[in-house]
Amino acid sequence: MKSGAHLQMRWMELLVAACFAGVSLLVITDSIRVGNAWGSDGPEPGYFPFYIGCLLLGGAAWVIVQTLLAWKQDSGKEVFAEKHEFNLMLLMLIPTAVFTAAIFVLGIYVASLIFVAAFMVWQGQYSYFKSITVGAGISAALFLLFEIWFSLPLPKGWIETWLGY
Amino acid sequence: MEELNNLFHGFGVALTLPNIGFMFIGIFLGVLIGVLPGLGGANGVAILLPLTFGMSPTSAIIMLSCIYWGALFGGAITSILFNIPGEPWSVATTFDGYPMAQKGKAAQALTAAFTSSFVGALVAVLMVTFLAPVVAKFALNFGPPEFFAVQLLTFASFIGMSKEPPVKTLMAMMLGFALAAVGLDSVTGTLRMTYGQESLLKGFDFLVAVIGLFGIGEILLTMEEGLAFKGHKGRITLKDVLDTWKELPKYWATSLRACLIGCWMGITPGGATPASFMSYGTAKRLAKHPEEFGKGTIEGVIAPETAAHAAGTSALLPMLTLGIPGSPTAAVLLGGLLIWGLQPGPLLFTEQKDFVWGLIASMYLGNIVGLIVVLTTVPWWAAILRIPFSIIAPVIVVICAVGAYTVHNSMLDVVLMLVFGLMGYAFKKLKYPMAPLVLALVLGDMAETSFRQSMLISKGSLGIFVSTPLAGTITGLALIMLLWPVLGLLKKLSRG
Repeated sequence: MKSGAHLQMRWMELLVAACFAGVSLLVITDSIRVGNAWGSDGPEPGYFPFYIGCLLLGGAAWVIVQTLLAWKQDSGKEVFAEKHEFNLMLLMLIPTAVFTAAIFVLGIYVASLIFVAAFMVWQGQYSYFKSITVGAGISAALFLLFEIWFSLPLPKGWIETWLGY
Repeated sequence: MEELNNLFHGFGVALTLPNIGFMFIGIFLGVLIGVLPGLGGANGVAILLPLTFGMSPTSAIIMLSCIYWGALFGGAITSILFNIPGEPWSVATTFDGYPMAQKGKAAQALTAAFTSSFVGALVAVLMVTFLAPVVAKFALNFGPPEFFAVQLLTFASFIGMSKEPPVKTLMAMMLGFALAAVGLDSVTGTLRMTYGQESLLKGFDFLVAVIGLFGIGEILLTMEEGLAFKGHKGRITLKDVLDTWKELPKYWATSLRACLIGCWMGITPGGATPASFMSYGTAKRLAKHPEEFGKGTIEGVIAPETAAHAAGTSALLPMLTLGIPGSPTAAVLLGGLLIWGLQPGPLLFTEQKDFVWGLIASMYLGNIVGLIVVLTTVPWWAAILRIPFSIIAPVIVVICAVGAYTVHNSMLDVVLMLVFGLMGYAFKKLKYPMAPLVLALVLGDMAETSFRQSMLISKGSLGIFVSTPLAGTITGLALIMLLWPVLGLLKKLSRG
């Protein structure tokens, strides 16, 4: 296989461990801010999280060191994901992110209709009619279940407001 | 015999018409969740939890626990017919279940799987019935140091027992604790790690984390594998059932071993997934014809299914008696208890008799209902799996988004769900376990509180955790568990 046709495990390992380390630093600095020592009336609020942060940082450091030690041996053979696999994953992730953003603007019912229908047309090559029917069915079912049956309001956009909800 | 009286009282609570209705709804939803990719016991229950806020706690827990049983049953259907484990604990079922289906023995495999699940659950419920009150009575004497020691043992056994690298288990757990600490500190009222963001005041909700990690993460992984569902036909006739049932008693020893493994792994927080693998491995090692395993032997279906169901069921024992869940799904149920205003722990058995015994009785009834439902409706569930992924995937994403939103009616949670989803994807790939993260997120506050209370009592000396024989023993066990991976490492080194 050509190198570069896949995402290397070792890089992802480093990236995730670095994220862990970043989080641990946030935890440790804030614990020191609120006090991580023994106050007049017992342990201060940062006492427990401080050690949690330290363990997290230690773990991340361990993973980073291990990955670097095995760096040459591995030589990038271990696969995190093949390029085409990763692209497939993005084909799910990006529409989901757009869908989430769309809820803010359009409300969940309209956003769901468009999301389900678009995904069906785009990924499943269904006809527009079929896709919109399924999307509308899902939105209608959600509406009946949540607004009417359980009276739990879901986020709404201008269309629902226009219809009087 | 007090237990039997209580149990009969519990049957009285569970056997009302609405509660039986909730049982059926729960089982149906559960099997559906178990069959669909991306929806599992833990996130399925998490998504449906907000719908139960208005119900009575007893009805709510009956419905939610039935969803759990349903999901346990449902996982077997996809494993056997499609070679796709719908749930992590049914991976081991695919080893022999799918070959059986290929040989045209799908009906036998399914019947064996469902019946074994039922047997495993029944044994575990019997154990819960008689052991839980004893444990609860015992735990009434626990003070903060003992509680912290038990929590330490829970987390230490994750590190000692997990298949994943111990360091990564530790990191996942610590991330859970760190996320749990965000927001208002319950002891002093100080704001921690909010970094000026008002929306972080209430902290991270584990329900959102569960929906993202297990739901969105799983969908991303499934998408990447580019799954095409090609399955075998599943139809069970009465004759298949009776023929298989005649054959099953031959494997009583496998079954019994699987029950023991399952109950043990469920009480200690191993959970259903490792239990199923361990049971499959043991059955193979002790079998007369180990070479048959993997080619479609019925024993290879009985062993993992029995153990998974026994573990899933007995995971509720520590949850009810000590407030420490034995599996991610039990953790979500525990979160439910807190939301309904019930404090899990030993007092539950004295103060909330209706609730506890109603739940235990419903565990018997729910599994009977479950067995009947799955045996009669298999073709229907198999048909659901034939719906193409391009329809199922966006629908599941929508359901997850709705579930995350309804936890606090907050859009921030939907965004967080997406972040947790991406995390779940990376974690799965890099072998970071998710269960300890979820458990730490649920138990974080409790563990911290009991730790700080102990520290207050002892004026800052860690010696309090070994000051009484009970706390000392539990702490000792926890330390052994923690050092277990180190011992393994030393052994490897000494062997060269």
